[in-house]
Amino acid sequence: MSVTLLIEQLLNGVQLGTMLFLMASGLTLIFGVMGLINLAHGSFYMVGAYATAAVTASTGSFLIGLGAGIAAAALAGALVELIVIRRLYHRPHLDQVLATFALILIFSEGTRFIFGSSPLRLSPPSWLTGFVTLPGDTRYPIYRLVLIGVGIAISIGLYLLISRTRLGMRIRAGESDREMIGALGVNISKLYTLVFALGAGLAGLAGALVGALQSVQVGMGEPVLILAFVVIVIGGIGSIKGALFGALLVGIVDTLGRVYLPIFFRAFMPPSEATGVGAALAAMLIYILMAVILAFKPKGLFAAHD
Amino acid sequence: MKNMTRLGLGLLLSSSVAIAHADDVKIGMITTLSGGGSHLGVDVRDGFMLAMEQSGQDDIEVLIQDDANRPDLARSLANEFMQRDQVDILTGLIWSNLAMAVVPAVVRQGTFYLSPNAGPSDLAGRMCHENYFNVAYQNDNLHGAMGAYMREEGYEKPIILAPNYPAGTDALAGFKHLYEGDVVDELYTQMGQTDYAAEIAQIRASDADSLFFFLPGGMGISFMKQWESSGVDIPIFGAAFSFDEILIKAVGSAAIGARNTSLWAYDLDNETNHRFVETFREAYGRTPTLYAAQGFDTANLILSALEVAHPDDQDAFREALRAADFDSVRGEFRFGPNHHPIQDIYVREVVEGDDGQPTNRLLGIAIEDIQDIYYEQCQM
Repeated sequence: MSVTLLIEQLLNGVQLGTMLFLMASGLTLIFGVMGLINLAHGSFYMVGAYATAAVTASTGSFLIGLGAGIAAAALAGALVELIVIRRLYHRPHLDQVLATFALILIFSEGTRFIFGSSPLRLSPPSWLTGFVTLPGDTRYPIYRLVLIGVGIAISIGLYLLISRTRLGMRIRAGESDREMIGALGVNISKLYTLVFALGAGLAGLAGALVGALQSVQVGMGEPVLILAFVVIVIGGIGSIKGALFGALLVGIVDTLGRVYLPIFFRAFMPPSEATGVGAALAAMLIYILMAVILAFKPKGLFAAHD
Repeated sequence: MKNMTRLGLGLLLSSSVAIAHADDVKIGMITTLSGGGSHLGVDVRDGFMLAMEQSGQDDIEVLIQDDANRPDLARSLANEFMQRDQVDILTGLIWSNLAMAVVPAVVRQGTFYLSPNAGPSDLAGRMCHENYFNVAYQNDNLHGAMGAYMREEGYEKPIILAPNYPAGTDALAGFKHLYEGDVVDELYTQMGQTDYAAEIAQIRASDADSLFFFLPGGMGISFMKQWESSGVDIPIFGAAFSFDEILIKAVGSAAIGARNTSLWAYDLDNETNHRFVETFREAYGRTPTLYAAQGFDTANLILSALEVAHPDDQDAFREALRAADFDSVRGEFRFGPNHHPIQDIYVREVVEGDDGQPTNRLLGIAIEDIQDIYYEQCQM
C-alpha cells in the first residue's frame, strides 16, 4: 500500500493505456471516416507481431523486425481494404461484422498454416532489457518506459497529422461529411485505403511492441480487440481524443483495480475469499466503468458525431 | 516449409485416418488441434499415433477429430463417434471443462474413456466411473508435488499465483495441501490475461522468498518474459504446464533457472523412454512434451489391454486396463482404486541446452507415489 507501489502501478496503467491507444486510434479512425465496424483489427495486431518475430529471428535486429512488422500490417490492411472492405461500405453494420469476423478466422488459420500452432519467440532487444531505479527505490523495466514513450510520440504525431496536414484535413472532412468530400473531388477511395492502412499499421506496431513482452501466438489480437472496443465506446466512437482519454482511463482503472480491489476487500473479509471476490470484481471493473459512463454520456466522453 | 508439410499432414490426420481397414477395434480421439493451446492436442495425437504405428497392429482403427477447444463441439463429436462410428474406446480430450462436458455421458452409455491429459477432481471423486481411466494425472498432482518439494527445500515464504477459474483455484489449493505451511499471499489473475506488471509489482512489494505459479499456455510465456525484465530475483517454481519444451523455447532465456514438476521428463532414465524419445524425434523432428508422453502411454495401455480382451467383453477388458500391464515411459505405472495413477512426480530445471535454447533437465523426484485426495469419495 506504499506510495512507490502506487507510482509503479500508475506507470503500469499508463503503459497499458498507451498500447490500447495504438489499437483504439486505428479502430476509431476507421469507424469515424468510413463508418465501418472492423472486427479484424486484432488480426493486424497479430500480423504485426508475427512479422516482427519472424524478421527479428532471421535478421537478428529488433528494429528491422519492428519496421517489417508495421509494414506487413499496413500492407495487410491495404490489401484487405482493396479486396474485401471496399464492398462493405454501403452494406448494413451486420454484414460488416459478419465479413470482418470471417477475416479473423482466415487470418488466424492462415497464420497457423504458415507458422504452425506453437507460439513464436520474440524478446525485447538486449539494449532495452533491464530496469531503471526510480525515486523511492522502485525498479521499473526500461522496455515498459520505452513503450510509454512510443505511445506518447505516436499520440503527438497523430494529433499533428490530423490537425496540421492535408491528409488530416481530408480525414476530418470525411468524418463530418462523407458524400460531400467525394463531391468536392477528393479521391475518396484512395483516402479510405490510406486510412485503413494507417490504422492497420498502428495495430501492427502495438502487436509488435507488446508481442515482445507477451506471447506471439494465434488469436493474440482478440482480447486486445475487446478492450479497444471498450475504449472507443467510452471515448466516443470516431473521436481520436476520446480514444486517447478512454485508453488511459481503461489502462489505469484496470491496473489499479487488479491490485487494490483484493486489498480493499481484505479489510472486512477473510483473505482467501477477499482475493477471489476482488479478482472477480476487478475483471468486471472496466465494463462497469463503461456502463456508468454510458448511463450519463450515452455517446461517450467525446462524441464525434452529435 | 517443413512446418507446412507437417501441418498438411496434420490436416489429413485430423479429418480421419485409418491405420487399418479391418473394423476389429475402433478408437475415437477427440482432441484440440486448432485454436489457442493446440500444441497440446497435436502432441497427444502424435504420441498416441506413434505407439499405434510401432505396435504394427492392423486391426485397430483410430478416428481423429478436432474439438477446437469447444465443449459443445466435443460433445457432438463424441455422440457422432458413439452412434455413427460405433467406437469401442474414446480418448484425447485436453481440457478439464471439455472432459466434464463429454466424459460422464460417454461412460454412462458403456463406452470406455481413457484420459490422456485432463484430470478434473469430480471425475476422480464423486463422479468416478468404472469405464473411465485417467492415464495422465489428477489435476492437483503436479501442484501438490511442488508444494512438497518447496517445503523440503526450505522455502518458508512462498507467494502463489494462478488465474481465477476452477483449475486455477484447484491448483493453488493442491499446492497448499502438500506445502502444509502458510503462504505470504495468493494472487488471482484474470483468465487469458496478458499483462502481469501489476502482479509482479505486488510480488516485489511482498517479502516472499519464492514464487509458485500456475499459468498454462500463452499466459505463462507472457508472465515469464515480463518477470525477467522486472528485476525481481526470487526463484520461481511451477508445474510442467508452463514449462513444456515448446513453451520454454518461446519464452527464451527468461525461463532459465525455473524449476517445475512433471510426471515425466524426456531425460528420464528407462529403456522405454529412451526408445520413445528417440523414435518421436525421428518421426516428428522435435523433442516430445509431457503431452506426447501421455498420449504414447495411453495408446500402449490400450494395446496391452487389447491383447487380453476385446472391449466388447467389458469386464475382461476393464480388468486388463486396471492391471496396467504395459511399459510406461514413466517407469512404473499403476492405478489407484479410482482408476487414476499413483505415480512419482519429478522436478526438472530449465537450463540452456547444447544448442543455446532452453530445455528441461531432470533434477530428481519431488514426491514418490502421489495419489489424489479424492479417491475416498469414489464409489464404483
